[in-house]
Amino acid sequence: MLNRLEKAMDWERIFRAKKEDSHHSLLASFYAKGLPNKDTLIEDIEFLAMDFETTGLDPAKDDIISIGIVPFQLNRVYLNQSFQWTISPRKQLNESSVVIHGITHSDLEKAPDMSEIIDALLSRMAGKVIVVHYNPIEREFLDKAIKERIGEGIVFPVIDTMYLENLIRKRFRNRLLDWLFGGSTESVRLGQSRERYGLPTYTPHHALTDAIATAELLQAQMAYHFDPKSPIKDFWI
Amino acid sequence: MEAELFEIQKFLSKHPPFDDLPKDALDLITQHIEISYYRAGSPVIKIGDHLQDLFVIRSGVVEVYRRKGELYNRLDTGDIFGQMGLLTNNKVIFPATATEDTLLYCIPDHVFQIMYERHDAFADFVELEDNARLRQTVSLSNEQNDLTTSKIKTLLQNEAPVIHKSETIRNAAIKMDEENVSALLVLDLDQPAHEDEEISPLIGIVTDRDLCTRVVAKGLDPNHDIASVMSTEVISLDHNAYVYEAMITMLRYNTHHLPILKDKAPIGIIEATDIVRYESQNSLLLVSSIYQQQSIEDLVLLAKQVKDSFVRLVNEDANAHMVGSAMSVIGRSFKQRLLELAEEKLGPPPVPYCFLALGSMGRDEQLIVTDQDNALILDNHFDKKKHDAYFAQLAAFVCNGLDQCGYTYCTGDIMATNPIWRMTQKEWEDCFADWIDDPNPKALLNASIFFDLDGIFGRLKWAEQLNSFIVRRARRNNRFLACLARNALNRTPPLGFFKNFVMEKDGQHNNSINLKRRGTAPLVDLIRVHALAIGSHSRNSFERLDDIIDAGILPKGKAQDLKDALEFISMVRIRHQAIDVQNEIDPDNNIEPENLSDFERRNLKDAFQILSNGQNFLKYRYQASNQFK
Repeated sequence: MLNRLEKAMDWERIFRAKKEDSHHSLLASFYAKGLPNKDTLIEDIEFLAMDFETTGLDPAKDDIISIGIVPFQLNRVYLNQSFQWTISPRKQLNESSVVIHGITHSDLEKAPDMSEIIDALLSRMAGKVIVVHYNPIEREFLDKAIKERIGEGIVFPVIDTMYLENLIRKRFRNRLLDWLFGGSTESVRLGQSRERYGLPTYTPHHALTDAIATAELLQAQMAYHFDPKSPIKDFWI
Repeated sequence: MEAELFEIQKFLSKHPPFDDLPKDALDLITQHIEISYYRAGSPVIKIGDHLQDLFVIRSGVVEVYRRKGELYNRLDTGDIFGQMGLLTNNKVIFPATATEDTLLYCIPDHVFQIMYERHDAFADFVELEDNARLRQTVSLSNEQNDLTTSKIKTLLQNEAPVIHKSETIRNAAIKMDEENVSALLVLDLDQPAHEDEEISPLIGIVTDRDLCTRVVAKGLDPNHDIASVMSTEVISLDHNAYVYEAMITMLRYNTHHLPILKDKAPIGIIEATDIVRYESQNSLLLVSSIYQQQSIEDLVLLAKQVKDSFVRLVNEDANAHMVGSAMSVIGRSFKQRLLELAEEKLGPPPVPYCFLALGSMGRDEQLIVTDQDNALILDNHFDKKKHDAYFAQLAAFVCNGLDQCGYTYCTGDIMATNPIWRMTQKEWEDCFADWIDDPNPKALLNASIFFDLDGIFGRLKWAEQLNSFIVRRARRNNRFLACLARNALNRTPPLGFFKNFVMEKDGQHNNSINLKRRGTAPLVDLIRVHALAIGSHSRNSFERLDDIIDAGILPKGKAQDLKDALEFISMVRIRHQAIDVQNEIDPDNNIEPENLSDFERRNLKDAFQILSNGQNFLKYRYQASNQFK
């Protein structure tokens, strides 16, 4: 089984406390929806894969410009409940990020402000276990974006497929080869991780495509390395 | 539609049956897709499962099995499975397992049903059994060609120009002039009407050329009866025949006037010029010029045009029967002209003979990659000591000439140059009697092409008599048929294609496939067994299948399936040879899967399945597994 994570978070306790403390009704009802019990088996969990495109990498300076989500379970990704929003950033786009995500100024002119979609987003997140690839982006950007609009940030557990892939790589790493070749150089980026499981190449940097790609990656990681009857508490961080 | 699902939609739009769907249908499918990952080795659906989706392979490999566990198909990116189950009470019929890490797009049943109801092309694709899909393909390609869809009666413009047999030659000439025709049909209306209506009033044909060669050149009195100069061997066709059959008939008999009959009575004449607007006349012209060549060297030069003629026919969407017939007629004409030249050089034969074509030419199924298979029937008075030297020389002249013209020597030495295959009428009958009455699979292995024999030159009647002898003897001779059936099972088709490989039934892969050895040849073998069993006098495989359909010995529709399979495999073979010729590559019978379109692969797989089923039926019908010495 997976190495126990550095400090297992007691998410049920955190959510109970947050529900009491939240001043804003949207957040209070998000926390009130709760989470699956920490002993729920992975195969029974309802996940929500989520991906953001942003104007840059620093949550303090940059903004979210699109959000893709898709609900899934270990055996199925449900595209009919997938969503993508384009969101107007508070500051100007810079040209180099346009190159990456392909979202242009004109796309954003008609886009709503984040405040208009918080309700829709939170109601879709509520009760689900969020799955991302590299958790600081989604966690910190969402926390900051919500805090800026309603004065209170958000916390939630995630399964991070990049983090999982790192653990898996470590577990399989051959120490002799590492020594010979100066440590592992295997990439745990989304595309390269997917390749290891025979997953197809998708065009990266579209929020919904990346969310779908992340959901598929978790299905593959679970099929290869973990028992679907493991409890969720072994995986969320 | 979420524009962001474009990635998935783009994938679907590249693969059948989704590639033909309109945008809104693709949108609907894409929005409802569910995605599922299967690690290598894990089952996707098992027998008896309740099936809820159509599966599209996004990446990876899935194997589908028959109920007994036998491999049915190996599928990869873009292939679909589960459709048969969805159309039959949602029960899994053929289980499937991922044999590589596989990502599947699952299209829920209700979306599948919407597509099935609203889009005919989609419904056809998922609904059709192997044989039905092939049927559709073959008939669709026939529809694209006027030659194969137009009935000959549509070409008739005027009533048949006729004349009574007792009219004078002069009156015939006047009538031809008045009616502006180049041929008249000669009738005998005095014949008593028979109850069985078997006798046609048409007793001959006379052409303007006959008036020139048989009357003017000979100084004949124009007051003679026209019957004295007519040709009595009238080649005619029923008015329901297709235009391409008229073309084949004209080629085959090198005739330019074809009376058309309705209920045995002539209703018109088709001339070569009527056909020319359908076919470029290329093969008809080539055949006439073969007879004008005066030496082997001239024939060799002319032979270079055979490949062009072939390519032209293919480009004009001729079907396999037409191409095979045209090429056989051309080959036959070379043989006939060579024999004429041989007789000019060697003098008249000491005893009468009949020169035979065997194998593909005997069946009217010759293509451009072909060797020569021939033999000689000699008069029963043949005396080896006195006469054989002549026939050895005659055979050498013809066979060498053919080789120079591109019809290479037979590697099995089945040629008239081989003394074994120069036999008298009596000896041939004994030889066939021995093959048929005392069958031995080994001895018959290379003898099957002798059962497709056709007279080319000399006493053509002897070839017919020998054929009749064979048909009478072979029919209902169960041991012989079992033995022939057993040999017909030696060459089997592959299962299909996988990526750029040919997939065998045991799951092994090969880089290329010989479409003759693995497709047309075993089909021809199989058809021959049925044809001999019912006493068919036809040699052409398509015509044999017509006889087999009439005899009703196969389950309903199966003979038509075999026809479709033969047509499709032959046409793939023919088309790829034509491409090779156009690219100035030596054409052969091998095809690499990377050169096959998805369409060809799918239909070839269906055709192989029909052949395989046909072989299984053969085994059972003729008890082909019985022991032989």
